[in-house]
This record gives sequence, structure tokens and C-alpha cells, in this order.
Amino acid sequence: MTGTDFRLEADMAQEPIELILFRQLSSSLAIPVFLVDANGDLAYLNEAAEQLLGVRLDEIDEMPFAEWTTAFTARNEGGHGTDVDSLPLVRAIRDRRPAHGPLTITGGDGVERRIEITAFPLEGGRGRFIGAVAMFWETAADA
Amino acid sequence: MKVTFWGTRGSLASAGPETVRYGGNTACVQVTGSDGTCIVLDAGTGIRRLGAALSRDLTRVDILLTHLHMDHIQGLGFFDPLFRPGLEVHIWGPPSATQDLRTRLSRYLSPPLFPIRLRDADSDVHFHNAPDVPVSIGGLEVCGAEIVHPGPTVGYRVRDGAATFAYLSDHEPALTGDLDRRDGTRWTSGADIAAGVDLLVHDVQYSPDERAERIGWGHSSSLEAAAFARLVGARRLAAFHHDPGHDDAAVDRIVAETAAAVPEIGVFGAREGETVHL
Ligand SMILES: [Zn+2]
Ligand SMILES: [Zn+2]
Repeated sequence: MTGTDFRLEADMAQEPIELILFRQLSSSLAIPVFLVDANGDLAYLNEAAEQLLGVRLDEIDEMPFAEWTTAFTARNEGGHGTDVDSLPLVRAIRDRRPAHGPLTITGGDGVERRIEITAFPLEGGRGRFIGAVAMFWETAADA
Repeated sequence: MKVTFWGTRGSLASAGPETVRYGGNTACVQVTGSDGTCIVLDAGTGIRRLGAALSRDLTRVDILLTHLHMDHIQGLGFFDPLFRPGLEVHIWGPPSATQDLRTRLSRYLSPPLFPIRLRDADSDVHFHNAPDVPVSIGGLEVCGAEIVHPGPTVGYRVRDGAATFAYLSDHEPALTGDLDRRDGTRWTSGADIAAGVDLLVHDVQYSPDERAERIGWGHSSSLEAAAFARLVGARRLAAFHHDPGHDDAAVDRIVAETAAAVPEIGVFGAREGETVHL
């Protein structure tokens, strides 16, 4: 048995190069970045996003679209629950256009935070949709 | 499948007594399938001698460009078969979001940089985007994938029956993460096309010391190439894209460094004129 056989069995498929490069960029940014793949599933969170969302990438392992869209109990400015389709990142994925908006969320650590989100789709070099990005700005934290 | 090196140098041709063993011509590798199919990887200065050696009976040749840096296209206008009426020449290259391959190549193959225009070639020339799913070229199966290097750049995987070969001439996978990690290759540039190949031809331009000064230039050190080869499970590794400033003794040292890092992989320095049978 060679290392090769083992690798092929154990491995996940490689992500597209544009997503690999964006993840690398995100890893050195102080701005919280939430990166999803073409299916809308979480592909990567940088450290700043881990802190803001109160979750650790290592611990969640994977977070499909259906899960992250409801995980943080997003509420609008009036304090009402928002429907999934109005979340900026969901709009970026569905409409393939940039989207921005304010939200209040409750992190995995139970802390409530008011944030603004800018989300945009990633179109690869071959013109294909390969994922989307959300960047977060914390506007105020409620104790 | 037979793999022949016609040019192994990176960046700039460097002919001279000090580079005579590894050769001074820039990137060009010929792959000959067991059924006689001929594909050419890159059109560096090495392609001129390949053109002169190609059989007159050939009816089609495919040139697969990894990217359009000069060391990979400079020989194209000196590829004699390009001017053979009746020959089909298919040129494949990385896709661009703005201009097609012919337009981009014409920026070099036209005055004032070159006396002859690409459209003056007498052969029947076709242009294609590098495939990102396996396609058949004669008896060979070819697949490309975008990899980390400045500007759109692809690597290629070629299969002939059970034999597999990958060509990543200019590649800086270390730029996007740690190559020593053992938790898989999900975030490693080039991992899919190089997975488990019998022969990996890979960028080994620098010693680790040189590399430290050239982060982001698009190339790999001996140790990085070795780590990449191990990570993807390559069986043999040909060190390629030798630095133009390295004489044969310097390339020997870099190849030895690479080999020492991965004793389980057959490592050798790609030499102009050498043929490997897979
Ligand atoms: Zn090069
Ligand atoms: Zn290059």
C-alpha cells in the first residue's frame, strides 16, 4: 500500500484555485470573512470571523447552507427574525450580485452582536460561480 | 507514453558551458503516446529543436501552453511545423476573462516584437482554452487545472492507459498554505491534477535560501517541491524550471536537496535531451 492510495481514499476534493487564493487572503485579514463554496456551504472562516461568530472552524468541521443560514438567529433592525432569503450572503449566492445590510446575530458563544454585512459572489477565471464571501463589521455589542 | 525534455530552464534561456548538462533552453516537453499521438507542453526556446525533429508524416500536433510568460512561448515563432501547409496545429492555453488566446499570443507574435504574424502561419492553426475536464487528444487523455502562479496559469495531467504524468512547470503552492500538513489536499493548489502520478514534472527553481527572498514570484524551492510531491503521492519527481543563474553544479545541489527530503520518491533533475518512459 502506498501513500497515494491512502491519500486518495482519505481526501476531500481540491477546491478551485480562486477559492484557495481567497482563503489565503482572508487568513491574513483583520476583517471577519465568511467564505462559502459553490453549493453555499461554509468553506472557511478566518480567525476574526471565528471571534465575531463565537465559533471555531476546527470544532464545527462542516456547516452546510441550511445550517449556517439559521445558526445565528439573525434579526433585522426592528428585532424581528429575518427570513433566510434576505440575508446578504444568501442574496449574493442566489442573485450573483453584491448585497449589504445590517443584522443582529447571536453568536455560538451566546453573545448578541449588531453587525453589518457586505457579501459578494466570486466568479472564477472561467466565468463560473465558485462561491461567495461575506465580510462583517461589528457596529455595537450589547452586553 | 514517452516524455522528452527539449527545454528545462526557467525564466530565461541560458546557453553556455556552465549549463551544458541540464541545458539552457526554456520550457518545452514532448509527450508521445503509445499510439504515436504527439503533444507538446509549452513553447519555450526548446521547441525549435523539437520542431526540426518532428516526423514529416505527422498530421496533427497539439501545443499545450501553461501560461503566456515569455519563457513558455518564445519558441513558438521558431517552431518550423507551424509553417507546414496541411499540418493541423492546435494551441491550448489558460483562459482569460477578457481576451482570447489568439489575441493574447498575437501581442508577442507581431511587429515590433516579432517580424511575422501568427495569421501568416501556413499550417491550419486552432486555438482552445485549456480543458478543465479530461479530453482525448488522439490516444492521450489530457486535463488542465488553474494553479498558483502570477497571471492565469494551468498545470496539465496526461494519461495513457494506466500511465499518468503531470506537468506543473511554474508553481508556488506554498503561497497558499503549509505543504507539510497531513490533513489532506483540499486547500493545495495543483493537488487534483498531480494526485498519484507516475511522473511529476515540477518547478524546483530555488534553494530554500533563495526562495526566502522571492515569495510571490510564482516558483518553488527544492523543499517545497519535495513536500508537494509527497503530499500528492507522486512516484517520481523531475526537478524542472532551473534558474537561469544556476550552473550545473548548483542544479545538482538543488536536486540532491530535493531527493534527500523525499527518499521514497525517485527524484531527478530534468535534463535537456532526456527521455523518460512511463
Ligand atoms: Zn516559467
Ligand atoms: Zn511564469
